[in-house]
Amino acid sequence: MKRYVIIGNGIAAAGCIEGIRSVDGSGEITVISEEKHGVYCRPLISYYLEGKTDLERIRYRNADFYERMSCRVLYGRKAVRIRHDRHEAELDDGSAVGYDAVCLATGAAPFVPEYEGLDTVPRRFTFTSLDDALALEKAVGPSSRVLILGAGLIGLKCAEGLSGRAGEVTVCNRSPRILSSILDEESADTVRRHMEKNGIRFMLGETVSRFEKDRAVMSGGDTVGFDVLVTALGVRPEISLLEGTGAQTGRGALTDARMETSAAGVYAAGDCTESEDVSSGRKRVMAILPNAYMQGHAAGVNMAGGSEVFEKALPMNSMGLFGLHVMTAGSYEGETYTEKTEESFKRLFISDGLLKGFIIIGGCERAGIYTAMIREKTPIASVDFEMLKKTASTAAYPPQMRRKMFGGVV
Amino acid sequence: MKRIYVNEEWCLGCHLCEYNCAFANSGLSDMALALKGKPIFPRIRVEDGEKISYAVSCRHCTDPICVKSCIAGALSKDGDTVRIDGNRCVGCFTCVLVCPYGALAPGENGVMRKCELCLDNACGEPACVKGCPNRAIVYEQRGEA
Repeated sequence: MKRYVIIGNGIAAAGCIEGIRSVDGSGEITVISEEKHGVYCRPLISYYLEGKTDLERIRYRNADFYERMSCRVLYGRKAVRIRHDRHEAELDDGSAVGYDAVCLATGAAPFVPEYEGLDTVPRRFTFTSLDDALALEKAVGPSSRVLILGAGLIGLKCAEGLSGRAGEVTVCNRSPRILSSILDEESADTVRRHMEKNGIRFMLGETVSRFEKDRAVMSGGDTVGFDVLVTALGVRPEISLLEGTGAQTGRGALTDARMETSAAGVYAAGDCTESEDVSSGRKRVMAILPNAYMQGHAAGVNMAGGSEVFEKALPMNSMGLFGLHVMTAGSYEGETYTEKTEESFKRLFISDGLLKGFIIIGGCERAGIYTAMIREKTPIASVDFEMLKKTASTAAYPPQMRRKMFGGVV
Repeated sequence: MKRIYVNEEWCLGCHLCEYNCAFANSGLSDMALALKGKPIFPRIRVEDGEKISYAVSCRHCTDPICVKSCIAGALSKDGDTVRIDGNRCVGCFTCVLVCPYGALAPGENGVMRKCELCLDNACGEPACVKGCPNRAIVYEQRGEA
């Protein structure tokens, strides 16, 4: 009987478990879960604060998931080392779990830079786990002044999640542009204006030079008072366990399309990995949930002796901020096509005869048609692009292509 | 499996399928009461091209990317059918971002709604198929898996 060890218990782990079980119904699966929760929807922690989900609904799978999948879960245990020479994962209690194949599904950890005086701040938090959300829920009350460092996806969702609970929410960001990893200047302005209308205060283009308990002294000299501090300055792939295994790493774990690292039998999936962006051809960390599930699933299938590849990785995001939907995909290079109004924005990026990326704010209907064109590298010359750029519709596809897609007779 | 297919040569572009769908999923027994004067949220949509029109609803993919991408675990495969748990959906639109057919759209409350082949509603068979005046929409098994 084959023994599988999965380190981590997030979405990539859930994909891995389901991947293994799609091939091997009886092998022994052990999940090492540092968090004391069953798999939950990590991006939903801000929705939890907003009251749009609860501790029951935030589960990614039903409560009987591990039982149904015949998995052993070691809650509250941390893997400290992978002894690949012995095919064992060593745990923080001194025990070891043997494996035939292991999957690193450790995700990414929040990165907190050194700030002078940060340790004098009594109530400071990161915002990447359910425990973070539960701690913030306790710490924030109607009169709280919340200061969030970082205007990325995590920082802004945190701002939205807390806005109904806190007295005031201020977001401070080094770059003058919010969501700088997924938006360009103009689109970022649209989102910022919308968030400001909903009561979020921004301090952009500024950094904190030091903290003094409940005050942040800014680089420009201003002082901001706060009761609760959230640092949301990005995450880093958690790959330290690969040291000594022989697995190659870049910023994240490097794998082949089967999700196996260069150390045979060691797999990696999810936010701890780095993969090739199909829209740009460049390697990058794409820490998004769809990739985590699909990579985990592929890893699991291959660990169990089946065959599944994960390719065509694409950076993409869809999020609502105070009711305004922001969708992005691919890379922003080449010529652009832009439509904008006061509350909506659409920009397509075209290069080498291909759609490479898009930013859509507001009218997001059927945007998946654009995403598929990027992923499948559909030449824009093969479709009615004049029509398509205005409206995402398969009606712009040539009849044969469309009929094939929809299962009709060509 | 049986799927809903549309013969685009026969589609009149009348949009009746959208009304039949919205009515079948309204839970009401009176069509006028269900639809009159209200915005409707059908799970099938007619695409109007310059020369053609055809209705699009969920393809119930064998390997559905929406299910794998759902950040709330709200979409799942139940046998051959792709289902959504509206209680779990938070309306993030990730499924809209990934569906290559453009087959998902939000319902009332911003929560996603999608074609579930009328398995749970009073119609009991796809209402769009049943009510298509030109039989352009069919529910049948075709060559592929």
